Amino acid sequence: MIVKLSMFLMLFPFMAVAQGFAGLGQDAEGFDVPFKGHTLTFPKDHGAHPGFRIEWWYVTANLSDDTGSQYGVQWTLFRSALRPLRQSGWQDPTVWMGHAALTTPEHHFFGERLARGGIGQAGVTPAPFSAWIDEWQLQGPTFQDLSMTAATEEFSYNLQLTSQDPLILHGENGYSVKSEQGQASYYYAQPAYQVRGTLNLPAGPIAVTGTAWLDREWSSQPLSADQTGWDWFSLSFNDGTRLMAFQLRGEKFDFISGTWITEKGETTPLKSNEILLTPLATTVVSEREIPTQWSLSVPEHQVDVTISALNREAWMETSFPYWEGPVNVTGNRTGVGYLEMTGYE
Amino acid sequence: MIWPVLSALWSHWRRHTNQLITLLTGLALATGLWSAVQAINTEARASYQRANAQLSFGQLDRLYPTTGSIPLSRYVDLRRNGWQVAAVLTDTLRVSGHSYDVLGVDLLAYPTLPAIAEVSQTVGVAPVDALTAPGRLFMRPETAQNLRKQGSWPPIIETASVPLDTILTDIGVAENLLNRKEQISYLLVLPNQPMNRPSLSQIAPELRRVATQGTDQTTRLTDSFHLNLTAFGLLSFAVGLFIVHGTVGLAFEQRRGMIRTLRALGVPLRLLTRILLAELLVCALVGGAIGLGLGYVIAGILLPDVAATLRGLYSAPIEGTLSLRPTWIVAGFGMAICGTLIASFQALWRVSRLPLLAAPGAHAWVSKGVDRPIQAIAGMGLILGGISIFGVLDGLIAGFIMLAGIMIGTALLLPWCLEQVLKFGQGRARSPLSEWIWADMRAQLSGLSLAMMALMLALAANIGVGTMVSSFRLTFTGWLNQRLASELYVTAKDDVQGAKIAMWLSTRSDAVLPIRASKLQFQNKPLFVYGIVDDSTYRDNWPLIAQTPAVWDKVAAGQGLLINEQLARREQIWPGDHITILENWTFSVVGVYSDYGNPTAQAIISLPSLLNHLPDLPNQRFGVRVAPDKATALANDLITRFDLPAQAVVNQGDLKARSLSVFNKTFVVTGALNVLTLGVAGFAILTSMLTMWTQRLPQVAPVWALGITRKQLAKLEIIRSVALAAMTALLALPLGLVLAWVLLEIINVEAFGWRLPMHLFPTDWLILGLVALCAASIAAVLPALRLKRGPPSDLLKVFTNDR
Amino acid sequence: MHHYPFKQTIKGHDTMLLSVDRISKTYPGSRPVLQNVSITLGQGDTLALTGESGSGKSTLLNLVAALDEFDEGEITLGTKTYSMLNDVGRAELRRTQVALVFQQFNLIPSLTVKQNLSFHARLGNKNGPEWIAHLTERLGLEALVSRYPEQLSGGQQQRVAIGRALALKPALLLADEPTGNLDDTASNAVMTLMLDLVRETGAALLLVTHSNAIAAQLDHRIHLAGGRIT
Repeated sequence: MIVKLSMFLMLFPFMAVAQGFAGLGQDAEGFDVPFKGHTLTFPKDHGAHPGFRIEWWYVTANLSDDTGSQYGVQWTLFRSALRPLRQSGWQDPTVWMGHAALTTPEHHFFGERLARGGIGQAGVTPAPFSAWIDEWQLQGPTFQDLSMTAATEEFSYNLQLTSQDPLILHGENGYSVKSEQGQASYYYAQPAYQVRGTLNLPAGPIAVTGTAWLDREWSSQPLSADQTGWDWFSLSFNDGTRLMAFQLRGEKFDFISGTWITEKGETTPLKSNEILLTPLATTVVSEREIPTQWSLSVPEHQVDVTISALNREAWMETSFPYWEGPVNVTGNRTGVGYLEMTGYE
Repeated sequence: MIWPVLSALWSHWRRHTNQLITLLTGLALATGLWSAVQAINTEARASYQRANAQLSFGQLDRLYPTTGSIPLSRYVDLRRNGWQVAAVLTDTLRVSGHSYDVLGVDLLAYPTLPAIAEVSQTVGVAPVDALTAPGRLFMRPETAQNLRKQGSWPPIIETASVPLDTILTDIGVAENLLNRKEQISYLLVLPNQPMNRPSLSQIAPELRRVATQGTDQTTRLTDSFHLNLTAFGLLSFAVGLFIVHGTVGLAFEQRRGMIRTLRALGVPLRLLTRILLAELLVCALVGGAIGLGLGYVIAGILLPDVAATLRGLYSAPIEGTLSLRPTWIVAGFGMAICGTLIASFQALWRVSRLPLLAAPGAHAWVSKGVDRPIQAIAGMGLILGGISIFGVLDGLIAGFIMLAGIMIGTALLLPWCLEQVLKFGQGRARSPLSEWIWADMRAQLSGLSLAMMALMLALAANIGVGTMVSSFRLTFTGWLNQRLASELYVTAKDDVQGAKIAMWLSTRSDAVLPIRASKLQFQNKPLFVYGIVDDSTYRDNWPLIAQTPAVWDKVAAGQGLLINEQLARREQIWPGDHITILENWTFSVVGVYSDYGNPTAQAIISLPSLLNHLPDLPNQRFGVRVAPDKATALANDLITRFDLPAQAVVNQGDLKARSLSVFNKTFVVTGALNVLTLGVAGFAILTSMLTMWTQRLPQVAPVWALGITRKQLAKLEIIRSVALAAMTALLALPLGLVLAWVLLEIINVEAFGWRLPMHLFPTDWLILGLVALCAASIAAVLPALRLKRGPPSDLLKVFTNDR
Repeated sequence: MHHYPFKQTIKGHDTMLLSVDRISKTYPGSRPVLQNVSITLGQGDTLALTGESGSGKSTLLNLVAALDEFDEGEITLGTKTYSMLNDVGRAELRRTQVALVFQQFNLIPSLTVKQNLSFHARLGNKNGPEWIAHLTERLGLEALVSRYPEQLSGGQQQRVAIGRALALKPALLLADEPTGNLDDTASNAVMTLMLDLVRETGAALLLVTHSNAIAAQLDHRIHLAGGRIT
């Protein structure tokens, strides 16, 4: 079923392989584009931006139960506008896609939902905040206090996310450059949610606690045409510091960027030459070779760590497949985090 | 040792090429008709399966609304509660007088739809185009051809993956095409539902979940039709086997001497039997191959009409093209071989029991008649058995079993009956010649009885099926006249225009009768409820088959409803009973009306009453009562005044003509098979006559020698054959009528859900009788001519000493 | 002895019955079967026709019986000239004047003995139930009348065939090896009976036989060889 599904969706223009992963490298014909110096305003910008082609609400959580077993949880809502206009009813050109995953050291469960924009089956409102597709939702009175639910036939979860920490604006006040040609997106995050709640696994319910990282990003052409995929890291070190880093793999060279976050939430953008990323080991997942162990160093901030997947098989066999899963950090700093790798063929 | 034996046995066929040709023809005809029917059936079934698979709804449960359609908001409710469902909006769309099934599926929620997956792979439609305005329509090239001219329609994508006359599209496109915004016909329950979902009764109590089995009605409906065809195929096969039986019997009889001689020369009996068996198998393969070719051609010719029939009668999706299947070929050869073995068993058995030395009395003329009473008793047994099986089991299959019992049983009775007639005639004969003729016919009976049985079955089938079809046609025509009482039928573009047209017509016509209906569900099957206004048109014309007093007053007052015969018979609901068509909306049934050619259940209530419960019915179709001579002018006025397409205003006459042409197409296949079966039976008589010819000479020669001219003898030969055929035809008549009765009273009711009155058509019988007599006389003419024109030495040979 | 009402035909050459005059017959593709054969036969005369197999005896008999047509010459029987007769005339001749007894008994299988016996007489409109009853008795067939030919022995069948032929009271009886299928004892008995009855009937007899003993019992004798009288 999955195969056929992807066959169908592969034909969506925003997923044409030749134009970068998931079509993110397309030009922005008719859509809005981010510009430098724009100021993000909240809570308005928590909501959807229909003028842009793509947008996502992306939560990853590193959790553990009282025996110390680790879990990873993903909750994602993508918005993709097929055409730059809106319409009510079935023929609205907005397609929403939800991904949910639950990763244990042994298992990786995931699910996918698709919905159209015009009928109320999926959507996002900024205040009170609510993002939903079918019965999956991420909602709360404010962005600081959210509940997050998702379910498939194999698993479900119900988690409470709270944080008083400030939002992190990546790049220049949330304007995040993605290529040498200047492709960019608006990009902010809330990396410091405290999480508690319940996971329902085939084996039964499990009470968990931990941290979660929420990423918000929207754009109309965040990748340049020759960029085929990316590796993205969100790491929470045990000393309270955090690091977001990504490399966009291009045909000629890779574009690397990141943000260093202090325990107080102060940010420093990191440039390409400040981050060193090296794959250490690969795993064959779904007939592809995926680097599941990395070495990452940011000498400027005394980071020299090894990043290892909690479960190397955290493959999301969704409409456009990718690897996404929890990681453990060892080296001169320790901690947990999430790794996302796309565009591996 | 084998080769000399083979060549000796084969020499017989070389000398009797006619016999070989007859044998092969018999086999080919038997296999051909049977295989043709099988090919048609297989093709039709494959079509249904393909349609089911392409739309792949077969395996999914559905959620149906209790009434009308499901609002879009309900779909979102279900989704927001975790129910993984896909929305489908489907309806019939009439374009230029042709109906199309529009199937609007939420292509995003159910992208695994195989039809779409295939299209995506082959044509490469960008889903963005399929999902957003104007959208795309997926249909067969044949369907597309008719719809190309619809200017304002979305672009058409041609694909073989969609059933014929179906327009597959995204639900967003379908709701525009059908003008049914935010409406959903039913929801498909997708596989892989998430855990912890609330139950349906909590979130959408008005929806009913219908399991997979309840939704696929095509097979059930069409089964009866295929059973019908199969019965015809079997009949032809049996008739063909009569021919084979006759020829093989003769060939073996004639080779008796040779077989004796071969055995006397030391060929073991076992080897001889095996060689004969092998010879038969070779014949079966050759005849079977010819038959398969024949069957393929026949099926190819008939299939378009079968397709039309099935579409017309059951709205079953079927294509008109034939493909060659290996299983079909194998089955065809299998039937040919089995048939040959069955038909030649007796002959082979006799050879294996043949004494080495000839016993006197090779022509056992009288003793052959001894088993006739036994055969007659067996026939009676079959008839009674068939009837009692129907008494016990009921149902369509049982009906067919009863039919088979009666037909075969009567066929077995035939020789005995003929014998009684001949005995009677013989007793009455006064002149020596007539005495001889009767006696001779009795003697001939053994040789001809199989052919006569074949003829009787073919005639009876013809009379039976012909009576059914003609009765149906007569009833149907009368019914059409009642049902299509309005002079004009108008279809508006939309409700607004509908209201305008109704207003405009109100002053220009005698009456405007709105045709408004809603599709509800009753006993898990669709029920179309029509609302009517009180008008004399209905009171005067509507064809009721059961009613209570003051039926129309009750309907007009909203106190009762009418249902169609199909519903009445299927659910056993008759006047006086009550049915609940919506929750808390129960009606007393006050009448039942006939509704031929419609596979679904229907009910009629008063329009105000219907609008009370279902206010949003489309109001686009009207019947218009007007003086017949003004109808055409009014139609033209309507078209110009409201800028309607020509097909939006239909004349009563056109509609009737169209309905009748659909009806006629429906029975083309039956008619064709009928004629073919009769043809095979005619051929069976001919071959029997020809094969009996050599045995006839010793019968005829002494009479000739005693002073009867050859011309007279030839005449007598023809008279004899015609007389036998006439007697058979006379006996076939009651059998045919019984068959017709069973078809009308039992098979039709089981298969279609309606009962038709039986009409008698003596002219048809007369024509059929003449055809039978012609066949018999043509069959007798050849041997007769040989007798008349041939040299006397042929006859003299009978007297020569060294015979 | 039953009352015997029919007048006995006077025997002698003075009343000519059959004249076969220089008959020739050739079947296509073979040498002549008969060449220039002439016979005469008076009423009540008996003639034995002997000869080797293939000498043309049976063909001559068939020609006299008007079953077959000759190439040259003429045959007259009573007032009938064969070459003037069409198919209908020849059939009438066979039906009324000539009776046949073949070696193959050629009874009508679908009729009983009784029906077979009267069949020819009735066809020729000469049905005489008493004469037939007399023949039945003389031929010893009373017990067999309701049987079918296939239920009879060869001798019985031949007696039925003789009875059928004589029931017509033909002017001319043609017999082709009537006892050829029977053993000597049966053959003698049947032959004696037949000759007795022929005399009783007053019919002329043309008998094809290979037996000298039988030939000797007849008034005349002709030997055929190679299609000619010798």
